Amino acid sequence: MADESRTGRPSDVQPSPPEDGRVGTSAAEPRAREASVDDPTPLGAAPSTVARDQPEAQRATAAQHWAELSERRRNQILIGVFAMFVLLYPLLDRAFGWQRMGSMNPILIFVLLALGLNIVVGFAGLLDLGYAAFFAIGGYTVAFLTAPQSPLVQAGIQADFWIALPISFVVAATFGFILGAPTLRLRGDYLAIVTLAFGEIVPQAIRNLEWLTNGTKGMNPIGRPHLGEIELLASDQIPWYYLIVAVSALSVFIILRLQNSRLGRAWMAMREDEIAAASMGIDLVRTKLLAFGLGASFSGFGGALYASMLQFIGPDQFQFDVSILLLAMVILGGIGNIWGVLFGGLVMGAFNFIWVESAAGFVRGLSATPGLGFLAIVDLNNSKLMLFGLALVLMMLLRPEGIFPSAQRKAELRGAKPATATTVAGVQESLHDARA
Amino acid sequence: MTWYETAIQILLIGLANGAIIALVALGYTLVYGIIELINFAHGDVFMLGTMMSLTMMTWVPSLLGVRRASQIPEPLIPLLVIGTLLVAMVACALLNMTIERLAYRPLRRAPRLAPLISAIGVSFILVNLGLHWKGASPVDFPSPHPSLNTDIFRDILRITTPIFFTVKDLFVILLAAPLMIGLSLFVTRTRLGKAMRATAQDREAAAMMGIDINQTIALTFLLGGALAGAAGLIFGLYNNTAWYLQGFRGGLLAFTAAVLGGVGNLQGAFLGGLLIGVIAAASDFLFDPRWTQAVVFGMLILILVFKPTGLLGEATPERA
Repeated sequence: MADESRTGRPSDVQPSPPEDGRVGTSAAEPRAREASVDDPTPLGAAPSTVARDQPEAQRATAAQHWAELSERRRNQILIGVFAMFVLLYPLLDRAFGWQRMGSMNPILIFVLLALGLNIVVGFAGLLDLGYAAFFAIGGYTVAFLTAPQSPLVQAGIQADFWIALPISFVVAATFGFILGAPTLRLRGDYLAIVTLAFGEIVPQAIRNLEWLTNGTKGMNPIGRPHLGEIELLASDQIPWYYLIVAVSALSVFIILRLQNSRLGRAWMAMREDEIAAASMGIDLVRTKLLAFGLGASFSGFGGALYASMLQFIGPDQFQFDVSILLLAMVILGGIGNIWGVLFGGLVMGAFNFIWVESAAGFVRGLSATPGLGFLAIVDLNNSKLMLFGLALVLMMLLRPEGIFPSAQRKAELRGAKPATATTVAGVQESLHDARA
Repeated sequence: MTWYETAIQILLIGLANGAIIALVALGYTLVYGIIELINFAHGDVFMLGTMMSLTMMTWVPSLLGVRRASQIPEPLIPLLVIGTLLVAMVACALLNMTIERLAYRPLRRAPRLAPLISAIGVSFILVNLGLHWKGASPVDFPSPHPSLNTDIFRDILRITTPIFFTVKDLFVILLAAPLMIGLSLFVTRTRLGKAMRATAQDREAAAMMGIDINQTIALTFLLGGALAGAAGLIFGLYNNTAWYLQGFRGGLLAFTAAVLGGVGNLQGAFLGGLLIGVIAAASDFLFDPRWTQAVVFGMLILILVFKPTGLLGEATPERA
């Protein structure tokens, strides 16, 4: 690793190297940037807080000690700290009086969805702009099986939440295959538009098929999960929190196994170069189809949990901006890197569900200050879309690989193969025939 | 109404709507033809065109001391409409060119999904601008003259027929047609148009022939934006409403039209726009207006799956 140059001479070690601040400088120093990504300071809060009161030399040894750990070991520690935080969050929330449990649950469900979208966008490199449609399908599957307005339930077919959950997983995957089968031969940007159109059709159909879905009035109440005799009530957030964490952890485990499997390697090979992957014997259509279907299936989990937690489902919960929020989560954290997506998902989720309101209050407070009265017209709650949009544009311009990129994806997006961009392989489509 | 009267009525409504769709679709197709980018923000430039026109149509009458556009002195009305058209066209053209400069040009050598994601981001920013500008609910767009709603067949030609064809419908077609013909002539007959075609065909070779690629691409965005601005005004005059979300939906309709005609092909966009207008009108009649969007988007999927080259387009191989 590039860290060796630093650990070799302890006297040169900077106490707090602020290297991660230079986001998106020239592409000429990939090694240095790699070092900044692995740098202990952004996340390794534990060693640096210990060292804060100690003399410089000893602080350096703490950082040095951290740097000497193998990358695998460091990642294990970081994941351990992260897992502890997630598991203990309800206690922390209560201890510090944050009152954020009600926001944490939707955030985690969105993170779960982002993980599913990451399979399609990050692993397989297929841009899906209609992921909210699969989310809706997952949620409505549970609603059909449990809510009193559903024709199925009225016909006497009612299922328990625990049965409906895997069914929604399967139904969402099936729709993924159904949409994927005819469209996956399309080129990247056309595929994006097809998924976008699908994402528009599904809420519209839900809105219009009133006999089936109860239209815009939606369905409620939706079946709740229960453990033995105890039902999870909508009012009690903490059991929900642990249920969502458990499903997310299971999903992360499955996705990690998928990533390192034969299929996961095939996805990445295909993403990097379809022709090379095909000539190595990878069945492109089958591989893409599996990415689409499996990616969609995790939104089945998300939809089921979301509908059951809110006890209500309606077509307006699944608009286009949901798809874009999820895409922003994946892109911000680091396309293709599960830990990056977890991070990006939490940040964007917290931003969407918590910070916008607090920041809006802050700005309103500022506007009372003399000279800053113009700030009164800025309503951040109404500016969410603009902030998402800015996040997408700035990420693409400054750091297209995300904050914590996967190594391969970074190489690809940083234009490691400039040849493909300049030597146009095929004949470009013409506005008109210039020979005429 | 007999079946052929219904058919004629659908055609007439479809032609007027289709002319607006075609104007927006031309912007998609121009940009796609030259840099192979689905300019996702284009629909929202069109939306801001409507907003800009709305501001002009309410601000200018207030300068003259009257409340509504229809109350200003009769001879000034054409001037107001033409002035608004020019302002909207120039504003949208400059906006579109600025977007290209800031959000797309730095990504010209990036993988093709990077500018697309950037375009989605720009689209969200513009939607939010529209939301701040005119609020969350649809706003009334003032009609400049009451005679726009006169029925041509019954009130002017004195023919007894159940078919509706107002002055407004004719007006839309008369405004849109010269713009489209002008664009077509510009691209086929002028030096700059030739530079655009050359750049679309082979950017590197065009650069070697001394064509300023950046300038040519900026010009393409300028033209597309101007057409979107014009479409914005016409949309407002025709539907008498302006809404910050009209760009997203309208943009998808127009993109469908561009794909139907063969993306990258000017005549294709024109033809596709008219066809989509007629199909949407037919769907309004046959099913239910609530289903029209789903019908059009379903068609978009079917076209892309079965004939991605569209009616008049040529095959484009994927490039990484």
